[in-house]
Amino acid sequence: MIQVAVVSGKGGTGKTILTASFACLLPQDKVLIDADVDAANLSLLLNPEDIHSDEFRGMDGAVIDANLCSGCGLCQEACVYGAIRKTGDRYEVVPYRCEGCGTCTLVCPEDAVSMQPRITGKIHYAKSSAGPLLYGSLTPGSGNSGLLVHRLRQEAGLRHPDVFLTLIDGPPGIGCPLISTITGIQAAVLVTEPSKSAQSDLSRLITLCRSFHVTMFLVVNRYDVNLDITQEIVRMADEMKIHVLGKIPYDILVLHATRNGIPVIQSEGPASKAIHEIAKNLNDELEKV
Amino acid sequence: MQIVIASGKGGTGKTTVASNLGFVLSLKQKITLADCDVEEPNLGIFFPCSPECRDIHVIIPQVLEDQCLHCGACGEFCRFGALTVLKDKVLFFPQLCHSCGGCFRVCPAEALEKVPALVGEVQTCHLTDSLTLVTGRLKEGDVRTTAVIGAVREQVKDEPVVIIDAPPGTACPFIETVDDALLCVLVTEPTPFGLHDLSVAVDVLQVLKVPVAVVINRSDGNDSIIEGYCSEHSLPILMKIPLDFTLLKKQNAGFLISREDPEWSLRFSELGDKILAHARGDV
Repeated sequence: MIQVAVVSGKGGTGKTILTASFACLLPQDKVLIDADVDAANLSLLLNPEDIHSDEFRGMDGAVIDANLCSGCGLCQEACVYGAIRKTGDRYEVVPYRCEGCGTCTLVCPEDAVSMQPRITGKIHYAKSSAGPLLYGSLTPGSGNSGLLVHRLRQEAGLRHPDVFLTLIDGPPGIGCPLISTITGIQAAVLVTEPSKSAQSDLSRLITLCRSFHVTMFLVVNRYDVNLDITQEIVRMADEMKIHVLGKIPYDILVLHATRNGIPVIQSEGPASKAIHEIAKNLNDELEKV
Repeated sequence: MQIVIASGKGGTGKTTVASNLGFVLSLKQKITLADCDVEEPNLGIFFPCSPECRDIHVIIPQVLEDQCLHCGACGEFCRFGALTVLKDKVLFFPQLCHSCGGCFRVCPAEALEKVPALVGEVQTCHLTDSLTLVTGRLKEGDVRTTAVIGAVREQVKDEPVVIIDAPPGTACPFIETVDDALLCVLVTEPTPFGLHDLSVAVDVLQVLKVPVAVVINRSDGNDSIIEGYCSEHSLPILMKIPLDFTLLKKQNAGFLISREDPEWSLRFSELGDKILAHARGDV
């Protein structure tokens, strides 16, 4: 089995559109994961049929029993996350700040604090024409996105042990959910665009992927918006021996297709043509992995 | 006064709005720009300077093996799985540690020492007499994003007007950035993605009780998808930025459009006035 993630560092460079295109164009038997659990959009493009969803339990959360609380404030002093606030002469936990460490339970002289399970999100199982899709959603105000990504990958592996390809739509950034996404994968497709911001984000992402021994491929989206920066990016990729799968031109048809919920690859524009070519190149590379 | 520019979805133009807003407002008053997108900080690209850097550390445990009883109390307590106690040694996984400090409390033998671990840095630039840029930068490979965001917010908390560039998403980093802010301006785009991620962010901000206003970026005049949602949820739309190839090009090259073009300076100045009025509750 090969696990491939589409990642970018900077948000909004075209990860999801590219993942959806790969999902439709790559011939292998596959399972799809949307690991951008804060803002899961892959299902908006693939229009899958939802099968069912499971509750996702993140870290337990502290709860203070107001009847037992004596108002001493030791828990507030001990909480490094600022998750305990005073209301009247009692203390209460601000759930969205509580990381679930349990330190407050150690210091309470009245045994008024307990750790309670909490539902912090959902895991959704769906069926799309390109293959089964797993995606997550977080309960508003919940964290634990890295853990949720881990669970999505675990579930995909358990339910679809025999598929050839696991294709993951990654989160932006280089923090917890991204590290959860790229741990143990074989290859990452880095999607960037020719802007100073994306260039800076890309170089941080490359450093990270390298330390996780992930084989990297590069795609430059909207490359003709700034040809100078595109050239710099391609030169950097060459120096670092990162294979450039292709470049996608700015094409208003991409926006129109996305708005209308139509896969970009069904349009006849130059972006669609480039994406077909990139998927073919990726397929050739995957056969070598 | 802390005003956060956020989006849910990445790449909708948070940094464009924060940078231009900070710049035009600083022509009239003292402004602090704070980059809390510490995984991928980009505000500095629009304000090149040589910053003063301050390392940010969190406290983690270091095991003093000769004092350790290998009783297992710390490993049993740590809910993050950062400590595993074996028969004759303790394994510590720093990347899993949330620096809660609980292990120090449960150790009966004072066998855990508090040591600092570097997680990133905060860079400060005094750009002009009235504009300061404070940027958080997470060390590559580290996951303690919120510790660096917390350090940025702590540094700017007493400044009169702070414009904060938020990280994408709606989980821990976003919550750390936006908690207790006076106003959160969500920058979105008129696509189904933009709408979906806007609605997720609005739900989180409702839980946090932070007021919301909206800016539509890449508008081509057909913004009904966002306008409908905003009117349904009584969210003010403060500005529309058109979808424009030339604008995109300038922005990509690292130009600050409000510094280059008087018309944009005026538009962001108007946006600034509206935002300040909303934050003060004058609207």
